[in-house]
Amino acid sequence: MENMDTQTAPGRFGRYGGRYVPETLVPALLELEQAYAEARKDPAFDEQVTQVLREFVGRETPLTPARRLTEQWGGAEVWLKREDLAHTGAHKINNTIGQVLLARRMGKKRVIAETGAGQHGVATATACALFGLTCEVYMGALDVERQALNVFRMKALGATVHAVESGSRTLKDAMNEAMRIWVAQVEDTYYVIGSAAGPHPYPTIVRDFQSVIGREIRTQSLVAFGKLPDAIIACIGGGSNAIGALHPFVEDKDVRLVGVEAGGHGLDSGQHGASLTLGTEGVLHGSRSLVLQDENGQIIEAHSISAGLDYPGVGPELAHLAKTGRVEVRTATDDEALAAFYRVSRTEGILPALESSHAFARAGELARELGKGKHLVINCSGRGDKDVATIAARGIPAATQEKA
Amino acid sequence: MSGEIAEAFARAKARGEGALVAYAMAGDPDLTRSVDVFAACVEGGADILEIGVAFSDPIADGPVIQAASERALKAGATLKRVLDEVVPAVRARCPQTPLVVMTYVNVVMALGEERYAKLARERGVSGTILPDLPPEESEGIRAAFDKEGLDLIPLCAPTTSPARAESIAKDARGFVYCVSVAGVTGMRSELPANLSERLEMVRRTSPVPVAAGFGISNAEQARVVGAHADGVVVGSAIVRAAQADGPAAARQVCAEIKRGLKR
Repeated sequence: MENMDTQTAPGRFGRYGGRYVPETLVPALLELEQAYAEARKDPAFDEQVTQVLREFVGRETPLTPARRLTEQWGGAEVWLKREDLAHTGAHKINNTIGQVLLARRMGKKRVIAETGAGQHGVATATACALFGLTCEVYMGALDVERQALNVFRMKALGATVHAVESGSRTLKDAMNEAMRIWVAQVEDTYYVIGSAAGPHPYPTIVRDFQSVIGREIRTQSLVAFGKLPDAIIACIGGGSNAIGALHPFVEDKDVRLVGVEAGGHGLDSGQHGASLTLGTEGVLHGSRSLVLQDENGQIIEAHSISAGLDYPGVGPELAHLAKTGRVEVRTATDDEALAAFYRVSRTEGILPALESSHAFARAGELARELGKGKHLVINCSGRGDKDVATIAARGIPAATQEKA
Repeated sequence: MSGEIAEAFARAKARGEGALVAYAMAGDPDLTRSVDVFAACVEGGADILEIGVAFSDPIADGPVIQAASERALKAGATLKRVLDEVVPAVRARCPQTPLVVMTYVNVVMALGEERYAKLARERGVSGTILPDLPPEESEGIRAAFDKEGLDLIPLCAPTTSPARAESIAKDARGFVYCVSVAGVTGMRSELPANLSERLEMVRRTSPVPVAAGFGISNAEQARVVGAHADGVVVGSAIVRAAQADGPAAARQVCAEIKRGLKR
């Protein structure tokens, strides 16, 4: 693992990354790359992002000691990075504030976005409302049905929600449609991608804006327990919260970085979202990465109880970090995530998102592996309010069941 | 270079016509019957056939070809099967017509770039169009194709700058596919006003023929565009006609377009 700085060429992370898009979009991506590079060099832009994150999003988010989980698991001391406390209820807002400010700086009047569960759509609609930009969100028709609450939130925030009827009518089709719309309106439209995926420079932009999570973990750990954590664990769908929490520690070889993918109904079932674990190299949505596909190169629909992990691809940088061994990858099934949801709710008083529940589901073992005296940080990437209908539909277990 | 594509454009030109590149989806409605659609296009006057190979996530395609992709995937149209079953049958029925495969890069990667190039060439394919493979990403694949003499046909877009268009044309094999509108494939009632200028600009620098496509569906559009290009690509109009009324309707669309291309 000599190549710890994972970007090996512009937009390339080892074998992964790149810009596999129709020629019509290439000039727009080149323009975005340049505008982003200029913004990064401008201290005023960074100050503006930081100020909005502080005043509007409520950053920094706390690093909370999880005393009862620590006790129950009987291993490392457990701390929670509370992205669930960020405005709109998840880490997605970190990126949309940054990208919408970038869109405004580029003089774009109109913003489009894709969304699966609706969290990224809500976060984009929120940023657009704050800065007075027009916002159109593309969402699979099936997800529109399943996520009525977030559809309402987006509309209330002034966004237009387009139901996408093609393909599997879920996130990957929403992303296809957003790209098609962008091709047709590329001159005046900014496309806010929410995952650390897509064509270059998006994986880099999303990583940079989400890295505020990891940078805060760094500072807060030093204050809270006087050293860096021994391990950090985060869930991985497309990978935006994971790359944000983990990337600032890539060079710190003593910090174990662990990602948890959606095991769905089990890795043998064919119904999961484990693209790092079981995916093969391919091109989806503009970048070369690990994808779930059949032997003919057709993308397979993913499955997860959590809509945010229900995606057959993963960001190229995470694919590289996983292949080189820097990030350890594990999986948690739907049932394990559900059990973790109740455990965290009842032992810490926090309803985690089903996505984050996947990280919690593997954290107990990791805490024991690390052992006492060590420190484990779990990225609690979002709150579970959006998932209550899904979870309640499965029946609520009696409270005593959770006493360990 | 395969050579066959240049010859097809030259033959059309010698007859005083623009070339018609006709696209249909292999495997729509099934593998066997799609062969009839391709053969009907040639009967209608198509000079080059574009064999569409379906991909699950066709980001460059509009609703007509998206729906055709879904039908073809249901019918079992994989790249391997298209090369084994559709291409040889079309070759047998239309031995003079060059064949070009149009699909997405992931489909070719899954078969293996080198393996695909070799197999495609053996089966009689002259070129390949990959709409999600821009020049920056195409070097390796182009080298693999060149080795077998399979043309990697590049695309130019309305957003492509003149300097970039020139460099695309310089590296072109087969022909340059000029995308007429910023958008996905599909019929348009109006084409952009500056299209003829853009076509002439690419034509001046291109060592290979230039064909315009996306949005062209009738003889009048073909006449206007054909005056500034060596040919036109027609896809959605053919796919829609074939799906609604069978091969004879596809033949009719081609014949109508071809009327517009007579000079």
